[in-house]
Formats: sequence, C-alpha cells, structure tokens
Amino acid sequence: MIRLRKAMAPLIWVVMLAGAVWAVQPDEVLDDPVLESRAREISKELRCLVCRNENIDESNADLARDLRLLVRERLVAGDSDTEVVDYVVDRFGEYVLLRPRTGGSNILLWAAGPAALGLALIMSGLYLRRRSLAPPRHAGGLSAQEEARLKEILKD
Amino acid sequence: MTKAIGRDFDPAYTLAMIVEFGHFALILAAFTAMVQAVVPLIGAHNRWPGWMAVARPAAGLQFFFTGLSFGALTYAFVTSDFTVQLVNLNSHSLKPVLYKVTGVWGNHEGSMLLWVFILTLFGACLAWFGGNLPPGLRARALSVQAAVGVAFYGFILFTSNPFERMSVAPLDGRGLNPILQDPGLALHPPFLYLGYVGLSVSFSFAIAALIEGRVDAAWARWVRPWTLAAWVFLTFGIVLGSWWAYSELGWGGIWFWDPVENASFMPWLLAAALLHSAIVVEKREALKSWTILLAILAFGFSLIGTFLVRSGVITSVHAFANDPERGVFILAILALFTGGGLVLFAARASAMEAKGIFGMVSRESALVVNNVLLAVSCFVVFVGTIWPLVSDIFFVRKLSVGAPFFDTAFTPFVVAMGVILPVGAILPWKRARLGKAMRPLIPALVLALGLAGLAWAMQSGRTLLGPVGLFLGAWLVFGALTDLYTRTGRGARGARLRRLARLPRADWGKAVAHAGLGVTIFAVAGLWAWEKEDIRVAFANNPFEFAGYEFTLERVRDVQGPNYRSTMADVRLRRDGRDVTVLQPEKRVYSVSNTPTTEAAIHYRLLRDIYVVLGDAQLGGGYTLRSYSKPLTSWLWIGTLMMALGGGLSLSDRRYRVAAGGRKAAIRGVPAQ
Repeated sequence: MIRLRKAMAPLIWVVMLAGAVWAVQPDEVLDDPVLESRAREISKELRCLVCRNENIDESNADLARDLRLLVRERLVAGDSDTEVVDYVVDRFGEYVLLRPRTGGSNILLWAAGPAALGLALIMSGLYLRRRSLAPPRHAGGLSAQEEARLKEILKD
Repeated sequence: MTKAIGRDFDPAYTLAMIVEFGHFALILAAFTAMVQAVVPLIGAHNRWPGWMAVARPAAGLQFFFTGLSFGALTYAFVTSDFTVQLVNLNSHSLKPVLYKVTGVWGNHEGSMLLWVFILTLFGACLAWFGGNLPPGLRARALSVQAAVGVAFYGFILFTSNPFERMSVAPLDGRGLNPILQDPGLALHPPFLYLGYVGLSVSFSFAIAALIEGRVDAAWARWVRPWTLAAWVFLTFGIVLGSWWAYSELGWGGIWFWDPVENASFMPWLLAAALLHSAIVVEKREALKSWTILLAILAFGFSLIGTFLVRSGVITSVHAFANDPERGVFILAILALFTGGGLVLFAARASAMEAKGIFGMVSRESALVVNNVLLAVSCFVVFVGTIWPLVSDIFFVRKLSVGAPFFDTAFTPFVVAMGVILPVGAILPWKRARLGKAMRPLIPALVLALGLAGLAWAMQSGRTLLGPVGLFLGAWLVFGALTDLYTRTGRGARGARLRRLARLPRADWGKAVAHAGLGVTIFAVAGLWAWEKEDIRVAFANNPFEFAGYEFTLERVRDVQGPNYRSTMADVRLRRDGRDVTVLQPEKRVYSVSNTPTTEAAIHYRLLRDIYVVLGDAQLGGGYTLRSYSKPLTSWLWIGTLMMALGGGLSLSDRRYRVAAGGRKAAIRGVPAQ
C-alpha cells in the first residue's frame, strides 16, 4: 500500500501535464461487441487511481487508458469478468474497486443500511403501537389563551 | 459628509482602504454576534424584556456589517486589486466581469465569507419576519443563531482571512479554475449555502425549544417555512451543480456520488424528512422529539458537509494533514453545535410529550415511514462517504467507495419511497382503512402498470430498469393528481374541478413536489436504461448515422475567446434529409492556467438530448468524436424543478402568512410558560 501511494505522487503530475486524452478512444474499442460491452461494464467498476472519484471508463488520465487496455487484453485472452477484476486488484490493490468487496471489515459498510433500516422499522413500529394504544388524554401544557390562539391559527 | 471629515479627506485613499474596511466590518460583526449570543439568552432566562429586545437590532446590525464586508471583497475582485492575496490567487484581469464576481466565492476564504453573510441574512430575516413569535422563543433562537455566527467569524478571522494583503503586488492574478467559469456553477454555491445555512434557523428553533422545554403545533408552524425555504434553495443548488456537471464535465454525467455531492445531498434528505415530520407536529402534536432531533441533525449534516468539503479530509487523508488548522477548527464547530445540541436533546427530550393518538394505518404512520426511509437512506450515504476514511484509520485497508456502491445501496430506498408515497399521501389522519383509502388510487395504479408494460414490450433490451422507472414515475404523478382530486370532496365533476383551483396552495405544493419526484425517478431510470453512445474517428464531410440522425463533421477551426483559445467543430445534424441543427463542441485551453477543458455541445429536446464531445485530432486525419443520445435528461431538470416549485407553492400558503403577519395583538398578552 505504501508503495502504491509513493508511486502515485509523480503520476498525478504526469496526468495534469498530459492534459486532454478523452475517456475511451476509438482505437481501444474491441471488434467483438459482446467483449466490448463487458469491458465497459468492468471499467465502470474500476477506479482511475490518479483521479478524484472517477472510473476508468470516464477518465481522461493516461493511467486509466492503460487500465482500460489491460482489461480488454485480459478479456481477449479469455478471462471471465471476475478473473479480470481479480487480476487488476492483485496488481493495484483493493483501492481500485469502486464497489468495495463485502469481505472482512467491509461487512460493516454493506450491512449498515439494512441493519439501520431494520432497527428503524422496529423502533418506529414500537412507537406507532404505543401511540395507537395510548389512552386519549386532554391537552395539557397550554394555557387557555394559547389554546384559543392555536385554534385560531389552525382554523385557516 | 466630505466636509465633516475635513480637508485631508482623499477619495482615492479611502477607495484603497475599502478592503481594510471590509476586514474591520467583519470584526465588528463578530463582536455584535457575541453580544447577540449572550444578552438575549440571559434576558429570556430572567424574563427581562429589555435584554431580550437586544436580539432583533443586533441581528440586523450583523447583517449590515457582513454585507459591508462581503461588498468590500467583491469590490476587490471586480477592480482586480491584486495586492489582496485572495484576488491574486483566484482572479485575473482578463476574466469576464461575471466571473470576477463569482470568483469571490470560488475559493475557500471567500466562500466562508459568503457562508456567514447568508447566515446573518437568515438571522436578520428571523428578526424581521418573526414579529409574532413569543418574545422568549425569538430571543433564544436569535441567540443560538448568533452563537453559530461567532464560531464561523472566528474560523474566518483566525484561519481563513480573505482580506490578507500581499507585501509585493503582482502584475496580474493567477486566474479562476477554468471549469468553474460557467454560469451554472457561478450560482451553484450561493443557492447551496442558502440551503445549508437556512437549516441553521431550524436548528436555532430546535435549541430554543429545548431550552424552553416545550414544543407545540405553533412551534412546528414557525419552523416549517424556514425548513421549506432551505430545502427549496438546497434543491435548486443541487440541480444547478448537476446541470453544470452535465454540460461542463464532458461526458454528460449528472451525479457521481462524489463526497462533495453527498455533502449537499445528506442535508437535503434530512431536510425533506424534517419537512414531513414537522407536519405531524403541527397537525397532530406527535413526533415532537424526533422532529427536534431531525432539526439538529439536518444542520449537523450541513456542518459535516462544510467540514468534508473545506478540510479536504475525504479527497485524501493527506490533504487534511496539509491544513489541519482549518479542519480541526470546523471539526470543533461541528462537535460543539451538533454534540451540544444532542446533549441538550438527551437531557430535555423526555419533556416533549406527544398528545396525538393514531392508528397503525394512518397519515401519521405513513409520515413515520417516510422519515424512516429518508433518514436511513441519508445514513447509508453518510456511511458510504466516510467509509474510506474509517477503513483506512481503523482497519488499515485503503479502499474506494464509488458510484456502484451507492447505486446498489441507495436505489432500494428510492423504490420503496416511490411505491409507498401515493398511498401515504392519501391516507386520512388518525385512523384509516387501507382498502378504502386505496380505492381512488386504482386508476392511477392501473395506468402506471399499463405504461410500464408498454415500455417493457417496446424496448429492445430486456432491462427492467426503464419499465420500473416508468411505473414509479407514472404512479407518483397520477397518484399526486388523484390526491388533488380527492381533496375537492364530493359532488358533481364540474363543481369539483372548480374547487380544484381554490384548494390551498399547500395542497398544490404537495402534489407538484410529489409528481416532481416521480418525473425525476423516471428520468434517472430512463437515462440509465436507454442511453446510447457512439465513439469514433470522424472525418470531415464524411456523414455517419447515430440515434436516428445523420451526423456530419463539417469543419474544425480555431477560435479566440476572451481568456481562452478554442478548437471548435461544426457538426451538422440532419434527420430525414432535413437540417436539424449545427452543434459546436469545443476544446478550450485557458491561457492563464493552461488548462484544457471540453465544452460539450448539446441539442436539447424534450424526449432526449443529443450530446456531442470533440476529442483529439488523430494522426491519420480526422477527430475523435463522441456522441450520446441521452433520453429524458430534460425531464430530470423539469422533475427536480417541480420539487422546488412544489416547496415554493407550499411556502406561499396562506396559513404561513397568517401565522407570520397578522394578529400580533392576540399573542402579546401571553406570558411565557
């Protein structure tokens, strides 16, 4: 990981200087439309390592182009989608994945939403039950004047 | 005036001092805020009317001072005063005047000044329009508002002073980042800040209510318009940013789940939740403590957003280390106000007893479900946004969380919301029978299912995305229409239609906003499902077919802009042998920074946009040309603007004006309890 960070520092400058090379180029496109569309789908899940939150499919960076070509090379060589992704992750680390894997500590990330939803539903269910069972009670806390004022406002 | 100052008065000297005046005005504003934060609070506690009365003029004075300060910085930018470091770093004499002005907030220091300027604007509005608030509540709310101000004045004056001079004035400035030179982005930050900072009013009301220890229907009615206004501004700001990305970034993306975008989206979600829960407090005196909590959290997320964007901690942990002073300062502000608010909440929330009784199936419970979905989806975005940081620090795992994660984790919430919304919106208050309430919705449901089936049959691919999006969109739009129609009561159709026009604006606002959500969902799904793309090397006058049009690259020429050089192509679009339009995509190089940008050319149409981007010249002649057919993009803007418009309509409802303006006499005699 540390090696990667160090390696990235000069690359950032290269990209900034290299300027305009725009996303997928015509010469990168594979002849086989099925392979090409698989390449596009994979590319959308891989991060351009030197960019800010861009996938390699949309990125203008040279490094992204290299990765796009690498993905296509592996596909032509007969790799499955997972094998291609594994290959890229082996070389560049987990950082390259825009969709984090579910294993290890990432289980917290993926479970956060469903767990929070479950918890919220249980809590709100209990709240609703309490409210539907609560005995009706007369308004308290407001003075007679305030009640009158409130009624006046709510009438509109 | 001149005479009074004396004969030494020299206008030129005074003009040169404007920047210093601005700096001084900001310091004065800070002192005013300190007074406003303390005196009215003590006054409210001891019921001293004189002390409480300090709040209103102080709020006006603060606004006056920050206005002066902001004006002074704008003056420095417009006159290109490069002795001011900020102007030097972010402006250039050759820049068009519009971008000289917008350059004021196109940087850290200036944008923070805009932040406090808007904060004081809201404070002043609260003072001016809060005429019928109980004096205690108003004094406390204005105090809290000022306390937030003090923190941010400190932040600006101690870590981010925009008025710093340079010892040696350079001849010219370094220019504004070219991709920021766009009208959409120029107006994006002010609207976003109006939204972020607008939530500070809800926050102040929440804290004031906690201090007073009571929340009632009237409180909710006072808070709701402010939240509504903030939400409308936030919606508009987010749409502007999205439109900017679409037209400027060069591949027609609209939303990237970037941390900076998420920073604005999280408060938007919570503000939407708050809008809805405040209705329950207003109408039914339930969900009180939850509403207070939401008000604290919504502003908390505005602060988190400011922290994320301003500290750079998310883009890179190392960026934070480069400028820890600012990051730590904002973190402290965040901890103070959110943490303090939550502690106060924990201590006082139990005092907020609910009064309304309602069944498991009722409008109230539907709004609870709305809040659950909005709040949990906000939580999902939050976890996804900070996960790279958390993972790096606690698990030593450096990873990315990008669009694919958010698409997967967030979309189910949108679908659930879309399915439930029309039913929830039509359920009666207190107690309802689902079957009976659903009956008027049957035509809407049938129509939506029919349309979805039609889309399924007609589309070429077998993706479910488009049909599901169309179903949700149609269900929401027809559901909103049904909702409006059922509001007209019983009777002959003609009479009901006439009554439609006389429905309260709030009813119209609700229907328009809900239909807008439907249109937005449909547009996003359509864009995902039916977008087409063509990448090729195009040769001059060598036509090709794409998306039903004949494209011809006619020529490519060099054009000199005011502060850039451009390579511009003429791409002619023909359909059925007739000319449609000539698109002119560009590649620009801004002379000052030498940065290249792409300017896509867009043929806007109701059903789909044609989007053309010019690439590089190829060795064998010809240019790379990327063409996209982007279905329903216009619907996205229409849908989101409908949501904002719905909020605006609701805001203009008579009951808020009545509550805000008239019958002051009635409240005067009421002692604070």
